[in-house]
Amino acid sequence: MNLRRASLIVVPYLWLMALFLVPFLIVFRIALSDTALAIPPYTPTLELSEGWAGLRDMLSQLDFENFSFLASDDLYWKSYLSSVQIALISTFFCLLIGFPLAYGMSNAPEEWQPTLMLLVILPFWTSFLIRVYSLIGLLSQEGMINQFLGWIGVISEPLEILNTNIAVYIGITYTYLPFMILPIYATLIKLDRSLLEAAEDLGCSRTQAFWMITIPLSKAGIIAGCFLVFIPALGEFVIPSLLGGSQTLMIGKVLFEEFFSNRDWPVASAVAVILLLILIIPIVLYQRNEQRQMEANQ
Amino acid sequence: MPQHTPDPWNDPNAKPLITFRNVTKKFGEFTAIEDLNIDIYQGEFFALLGPSGCGKTTMMRMLAGFETPTSGLIELDGQDISPIPPNKRSVNMMFQSYALFPHLTVYDNIAFGLKRSDMPKDEIDARVQQMLKLVQIERFAKRKPDQISGGQRQRVALARALAKGPKLLLLDEPLSALDKKLRQQTQFELMDIQEKTGTTFVIVTHDQEEAMTVASRVAVMNDGKLQQVDTPERIYEAPNSAYVADFIGEVNIIEGHATGQGETVKITWAEGQQEIIGTPANPIPNGPVHFLIRPEKVAISSEKPTDRINAIQGKVLDIAYLGNLSTYHVELPGGQIIKAQAANSRRRASLAFTWEDTVWLSWSDIAGVVLAR
Repeated sequence: MNLRRASLIVVPYLWLMALFLVPFLIVFRIALSDTALAIPPYTPTLELSEGWAGLRDMLSQLDFENFSFLASDDLYWKSYLSSVQIALISTFFCLLIGFPLAYGMSNAPEEWQPTLMLLVILPFWTSFLIRVYSLIGLLSQEGMINQFLGWIGVISEPLEILNTNIAVYIGITYTYLPFMILPIYATLIKLDRSLLEAAEDLGCSRTQAFWMITIPLSKAGIIAGCFLVFIPALGEFVIPSLLGGSQTLMIGKVLFEEFFSNRDWPVASAVAVILLLILIIPIVLYQRNEQRQMEANQ
Repeated sequence: MPQHTPDPWNDPNAKPLITFRNVTKKFGEFTAIEDLNIDIYQGEFFALLGPSGCGKTTMMRMLAGFETPTSGLIELDGQDISPIPPNKRSVNMMFQSYALFPHLTVYDNIAFGLKRSDMPKDEIDARVQQMLKLVQIERFAKRKPDQISGGQRQRVALARALAKGPKLLLLDEPLSALDKKLRQQTQFELMDIQEKTGTTFVIVTHDQEEAMTVASRVAVMNDGKLQQVDTPERIYEAPNSAYVADFIGEVNIIEGHATGQGETVKITWAEGQQEIIGTPANPIPNGPVHFLIRPEKVAISSEKPTDRINAIQGKVLDIAYLGNLSTYHVELPGGQIIKAQAANSRRRASLAFTWEDTVWLSWSDIAGVVLAR
């Protein structure tokens, strides 16, 4: 086997090892530890001076206590569930708004498309935090939205949007919308126009052609976009803590509090490990399903 | 094959399937089709031939319903089709890119149009099987389009377009993606299928050989106008303009001045040269003319022939050896170059003429076409 190809394969694996697997193992190892008033704030720690005996000693003290604790306290599974719910609803809204935008972009005259693309990416040029803070200004009781609605006479009392789950949905949908638009746009722009003409020629109305041709052929982009929104939204911390209220329960917030307020690194690590599993399992299932379909086609 | 006269275009009582009446199509300032009139009859294999940008694709897209004429009328079976959207027309199209649905199997691609109609399910299956058999791709029914070859894809596209049994099938450069051998073979299959199904085919092509091979009639187009609509043989042997003659095959064009002499005319074409005797199809007035003659109708010999009325001496300038034929470029004393073709019917015979040889070119009085300029 030639060295060039081997090194091409090895480099990304080394990268993954160093930046994903090793940190994950460290986090997993902390999750199996107990909290302690020390630096670092957990036991056991590995005594390198004791060599193999030290390693064995450390391993023998590790247990899954923190995971059973997570299961026993309903705060955690409620937070997970609520996070999944918020992430799913936000992903749905992103798709609902993002698909028509991507569709419109791909159908726009060619000379407009770079500009439209720029407009989608433009928000990234402003700091994420500043954008979330400006949402507070928009959504608060004295904010522009309430003022405008009051001015045109739709409402008499200001709406309570900020510090509710609705504000979190708005925040996540607004922030992650470009991640939905871009992959969908990328698949739609490659769609051969003559396929739609062929569908029409064979008796489809425009609407039927859209559902039978455009949607199935942009499936890859839709799924990629949904993953790109759902995954970061699930662990989102900044948006729920700035826009959400006291009743907004999200696992990112719980994780932050365990880590920084309680200084309970082991429980925080356990929370993070479970979060990762929640994300990985559906992706693996989806990939396996795709692979099976590909094999079935051959 | 349905019963119809072999040449309905010559029958004044025949009712055309498609009629274009004063059709004009403009895209902004650009006129793609200009005041076009044409009749296409049931059962015809009709070719629209022309260089790119001549309007042939626009004509086809108007028939399919993807474009509407700016003015004028298009009738299908006596009915104005302008207000009918493409999905309601009994017209199907085979796309140049084939436009097969990549997410559907070959079977589902062919069944696609049938499922949109009100045909019962078991009939759909029977019809798809029949189509698969017609184009000989039964073995690939379960494959996706990217798992079959270009030639097979072309067949799927044809089967899909024919499945609904349209009154009219449009073929947009159907064979342009195939290599030459496969293209020639497929041309004959297309003709077979057209005969078997009796469907009226309209094919758009820029390949004159393809048009001549498959079509019952050819329309030569240029700049949004029809130059000539006729059978392949008449297009080749009796072109109505120098443009058509030049577009189809090779031709020698000589400009001259004609003087009538009963049936024939005498064409003065260069000082000090013997006049060319030609026979115009219709009487033409004395005056400037084009004399057109195909290279294969010009005989080449070393001695002055006695049996042909026109004979001119010249010098061999170039020889193009094509295998079955050789084309000689012969320069006449006035500088005019005439191409003459001779069949290489004998193997191992060295070429009869070589560069710089002085030769005689000759042809009879009916070998060429005389057109008033």
